[in-house]
Amino acid sequence: MSAATGPAAKTERLLNLVLVLLYTRRPLSKAQIRGLVPQYGETASTESFDRMFERDKDELRALGVPLVTEEIDVLHEDEPGYRIHQRDYALPDLEFEPDELAVLGLASRSWAQASMAGPAAQALRKLRAAGVERDEGALIGIEPRLRTTEPAFEAVKDAVLSRTPITFAYRRPERGEAQVRKVQPWSLVQWHGRWYLAAFDLDREDTRVFRLSRIDGAVRSAGKPGSFEVPAGHQARVMVERSAPRGEARPVRLAVRPGAAHSLRRRATSCEEADSGWSELTLDFHDVDGFAAEVAGHADDVRVLEPVDLLEQVQTNLRATLAAHEAGL
Amino acid sequence: MATETATNRLARLLTMVPWLVNRQGIELEEAARGLDVTVEQLESDLNLLFLCGYGQMPDELIEADWEEGRVFVGNAETISRPLRLGVDEAVTLIVGLKTLLEVPGLTERDAIERALGKLEAAAGSAAEPATRVSVDLGDGGVDSELLARARAGVQEHRRLHLTYHVPGRDESTERDVDPMRVIAAEGHWYLEGWCHRAEGVRVFRLDRVEALDLLDEDGTPPEGVAPRELGESIFSPTEDDLLVTVRLLPGALWVSDYYPVESSVDEEDGSRTITLRTADTAWIERLVLRMSGHAVVVAPRDLTERIAARALAALAPQTHDVD
Repeated sequence: MSAATGPAAKTERLLNLVLVLLYTRRPLSKAQIRGLVPQYGETASTESFDRMFERDKDELRALGVPLVTEEIDVLHEDEPGYRIHQRDYALPDLEFEPDELAVLGLASRSWAQASMAGPAAQALRKLRAAGVERDEGALIGIEPRLRTTEPAFEAVKDAVLSRTPITFAYRRPERGEAQVRKVQPWSLVQWHGRWYLAAFDLDREDTRVFRLSRIDGAVRSAGKPGSFEVPAGHQARVMVERSAPRGEARPVRLAVRPGAAHSLRRRATSCEEADSGWSELTLDFHDVDGFAAEVAGHADDVRVLEPVDLLEQVQTNLRATLAAHEAGL
Repeated sequence: MATETATNRLARLLTMVPWLVNRQGIELEEAARGLDVTVEQLESDLNLLFLCGYGQMPDELIEADWEEGRVFVGNAETISRPLRLGVDEAVTLIVGLKTLLEVPGLTERDAIERALGKLEAAAGSAAEPATRVSVDLGDGGVDSELLARARAGVQEHRRLHLTYHVPGRDESTERDVDPMRVIAAEGHWYLEGWCHRAEGVRVFRLDRVEALDLLDEDGTPPEGVAPRELGESIFSPTEDDLLVTVRLLPGALWVSDYYPVESSVDEEDGSRTITLRTADTAWIERLVLRMSGHAVVVAPRDLTERIAARALAALAPQTHDVD
């Protein structure tokens, strides 16, 4: 177990370092640390110890361990000392009521994918370290389930939380080619079941909303963490809602096969039965492209009576579908 | 756990120690369950722990003992309190709680507010980035009173009577359901329960429920019946379902993010071939028909033919006169 390599040995070394720095009452010099952590004592040279210690410090800080540098004393003013203050390290004492634990448990379980479910479960375990266990008793009756399956989710989430500028390729449905975008990621919003990034586009010098599922390939950082501020008045949800394509509401008349296209029937402002058994619906739509796609989805169950531009769009869609499927037959 | 990094394992150990210190003598299996690790992993962790200390003298090392099947951890005062919440940890819980707060008509708002207040105070600066992540569950087209009745059914164990529209067959059905839970996912609200008509556990999308009545009968599901494990999707496919192969052109790649795919292969030309398992092809037909040729059913062949035939029929001159 004393081999200085391998993940287990590294965990052991880092844990020893945490214990040594938490236990000490005064900042320790690097030489003292090397004497107290056996895995450092085994390093071949001062240089390799230095490199290892620097990396370890960074990794502990990234984990949230408040490792600080302090002056040892006046005699060693050139040499920094290191320690971890218990008061900064430890989670403050918390007492939760059973109903509070129940809602915390529910909040923690609402994340469906490991990248968020892992931290959520870990957080809950920390809060419950002190003992209180009951949670099953309280029945709230609902379970939100937050999916984060977009491949870009984790990288974008990290960038939003750390305020790091990023760059990525973005694909819009109406254009095949992905375009490279460079943004300040301001906030993440789940809206109507989908994740959106509200951001400031650095090339277009304006705010933009991106759907995470349309980010293509890797998300790369394009600056330092904390290198921008999110404006105080930024309202993510308003921005996302506004970005949803929503033109003027226009009326449409549709003929619908008996018993079909229930989703359209429910939105109808009027519905009349024709002698053929088909229904004639009137409803409002906002966005020609989106609504044409929906109507095309019902194929021969729904016909557009008017307006003409919608009818043409639906037919264009269906011709493309027909051609693509006939090609494979 | 095979891929756990050294720092991730350290983070886990720093949470595990206080948890165990407060549960001295807990059974090994119970501890493994509570910590969400295997017994082997827990033993390996304990083996590592007792090699560590603030010095290397025996009285400076952590004590870990599980010989009798019960776990004792001692001499670990320095790390007997958990490390403060990290940003991800604070954000997941805070965003989760705020999401609950938005659920219409929830009676537990007070508990949520109190938990949120304590959590934000404890998390300190780690809580600040949580303001930049938010979830709007929305009503998903569901009437709030209908949603409240469905929840009341779950909480009070009362049977529900539903008039439900089955999209695949496009028909309305009447059924009695013993409710288990209401789920909000992917922009919709669902009710899961024991359906007396189907004699099985079923999931109903609440915006397709035309009427929902709270009955005075007891609605406890039959013994031994449990809600299903929710995997990637609300609707878990079974082996009997039809396997459909769809080719997605670049403009339609998002489809593979939103539907439960069995396999996904990226092709040289930038397209992606996915397979989906489903009992009901109606939704796949609708999905593909709205994609303007960017999504093409490759197999089974009769589904490809059917989609082509439906597109052709829709393009044919009108065969009936509505006026």
